[in-house]
Amino acid sequence: MFARGLKRKCWDGDEDVEGAPAAPSYSLQRQSLLDMSLVKLQLCHTLVEPNLCRSVLIANTVRQIQEEMTQDGAWQLPAPPVAGRGPLDHLVSTEILCRAAWEQQGQRPAPDLPSELPGALGAPAPGSAQSCIWEADSSRGHRGSFPKSLDQIFETLESRAPSPVEGLFADAGGPYYDLDAVLTGMVGGKSGPGGGDGLQALAPAGAPPPSASCKRDLGELDHVVEILVET
Amino acid sequence: MVLQPSERHYRDWSHRRLGPWCSPTGSPAPLSCETGCGEGSWILVCRLLVPTQVSLLSMEEDIDTRKINNSFLRDHSYATEADIISTVEFNHTGELLATGDKGGRVVIFQREQESKNQVHRRGEYNVYSTFQSHEPEFDYLKSLEIEEKINKIRWLPQQNAAYFLLSTNDKTVKLWKVSERDKRPEGYNLKDEEGRLRDPATITTLRVPVLRPMDLMVEATPRRVFANAHTYHINSISVNSDYETYMSADDLRINLWNFEITNQSFNIVDIKPANMEELTEVITAAEFHPHHCNTFVYSSSKGTIRLCDMRASALCDRHTKFFEEPEDPSNRSFFSEIISSISDVKFSHSGRYIMTRDYLTVKVWDLNMESRPIETYQVHDYLRSKLCSLYENDCIFDKFECVWNGSDSVIMTGSYNNFFRMFDRNTKRDVTLEASRENSKPRAILKPRKVCVGGKRRKDEISVDSLDFSKKILHTAWHPSENIIAVAATNNLYIFQDKVN
Repeated sequence: MFARGLKRKCWDGDEDVEGAPAAPSYSLQRQSLLDMSLVKLQLCHTLVEPNLCRSVLIANTVRQIQEEMTQDGAWQLPAPPVAGRGPLDHLVSTEILCRAAWEQQGQRPAPDLPSELPGALGAPAPGSAQSCIWEADSSRGHRGSFPKSLDQIFETLESRAPSPVEGLFADAGGPYYDLDAVLTGMVGGKSGPGGGDGLQALAPAGAPPPSASCKRDLGELDHVVEILVET
Repeated sequence: MVLQPSERHYRDWSHRRLGPWCSPTGSPAPLSCETGCGEGSWILVCRLLVPTQVSLLSMEEDIDTRKINNSFLRDHSYATEADIISTVEFNHTGELLATGDKGGRVVIFQREQESKNQVHRRGEYNVYSTFQSHEPEFDYLKSLEIEEKINKIRWLPQQNAAYFLLSTNDKTVKLWKVSERDKRPEGYNLKDEEGRLRDPATITTLRVPVLRPMDLMVEATPRRVFANAHTYHINSISVNSDYETYMSADDLRINLWNFEITNQSFNIVDIKPANMEELTEVITAAEFHPHHCNTFVYSSSKGTIRLCDMRASALCDRHTKFFEEPEDPSNRSFFSEIISSISDVKFSHSGRYIMTRDYLTVKVWDLNMESRPIETYQVHDYLRSKLCSLYENDCIFDKFECVWNGSDSVIMTGSYNNFFRMFDRNTKRDVTLEASRENSKPRAILKPRKVCVGGKRRKDEISVDSLDFSKKILHTAWHPSENIIAVAATNNLYIFQDKVN
């Protein structure tokens, strides 16, 4: 119906133990929703500016899940993924999350949900309440592609949406670069988060064209300096 | 009575092969706004397609190009993504209907004039003018494309023979003048036939050019370009009731413009936090009050509406009224905030109410009561249990619009599977209709549709799992005084009329 050819199966946590509480299943699906949200936030590197409203809503959802996980004190760390499998393989059906919260308590998942146990998922290891979900992500090699804290995501969004001052430059024909920024950008490559708007504009995926023109500008600079020195 | 083709039709000729139009009842049907949606029944007036290649042809097409049109339009595989309609708007009299599409084009349709011979043809719309409003741009500083997609069109009230409208993409608003020319000055003697200036020595007489009639030509010219005022994507424009100013709203700011001044605008709302990391809410829609030129509202992604009074201060960051419905704790889920995000806000024609659209409902608010809406209508509540899947495929972020009818008694909004819904506020009845080629013969009465929620599916019902979520009706418009509606489904524009017997 929705994604043709791709059907989500729900992991039925109660399959092995009868009478077990629905909580582990809910947590896993909550984790899955968190993963899905992070993937969505990541997929912003297109040629067109990302939709700010959508990003904000997804980010708020992520925050919400984070807060709830903090309250529960349960950080579910999925088992290390099998080599070569992407994070999307861990996504499970999160239909149960659509139900109102009060339904969750003391209720088992609906019996008509197909049950399938993804091989990679072992018993959830309890994580410390203090450990940041982001650190947990980075500790798993294959999850290195996940961001970037939420803050960094917003910085990326912000850098793509410059201040009104930079908007003034929009009128200038062709690229306009602060020479300092160009030079520093050439030397430093991708700078840290505190790099400033000019640098951020050079850093992300669209980098190759600006670099090429930076080299050109640099070449011209050399030429200009030569002329000045000679005179 | 068979419809005669006219040079100005860009319509689906295949309808003619389906059979003759239904015969008129005699006198033109009195279309009163008071009919509501329950008592009347809706018929398809016409379905309009403007594929990319055809739109470049001018009004004065000859027989050969019309033949090309006929064969061209029958083959619907030519429709491209650039043809997807992104906004629909009637003008203040309902005589004109403007559409904007993803390719940056604006197509204006004009209502067929009533004539004694062909009474039933009133209510049909034909192409009046087509022009390229916005072009794709590239922002070199950010290495990002600026889409040419027309986000909104708003008409100005007519003050002379010409028509004026505002059209906007993500960054730039343009004021277009659409005017007719049916006379041409002839008799200049300063230039020769090829247009070259003649030697002044050869000119011995003074000749005043004479206006001669010519074939009607409709031309659109950009009169103003309002650029470089929005860092974020423009989602709304609204013409003020003073007819001198208008506002444009993006995700975080709202600017007030004077029509005559393009190089500056006043910022009247700014919700950008000092630290972007603290951003949790964006502006989703904004509109001026229809009568009070100092009042406007804007909606947010958190399901709130703020009403502001520009007399209170220059920067309207502090609202005058704040409309928010308390959350229902029993319905709380991780998607609660997303589905509460308001995608459209519209004042009623009376100015007394505002209507908001969020993902699952349409709400009517009384301006005098901020605590909760006075009416809530369920558009497609059966989707509540599917929110996870809809989040996964991004459908949950679809922005549906909503519209009032001329008398504020009926409200309409779109849904999936090419369905659209109407709610009669007085009778509390509602109807679901479908805008699709397969199910609509011209002048045939639209059959109400029903979605089966669970259990046994009746014969004509469609189950939730069979709904096509790629076919969404986001944009609709209602004629200001009559029961004529325009429904945009991808690249098709359907015009329906209430048939009152």
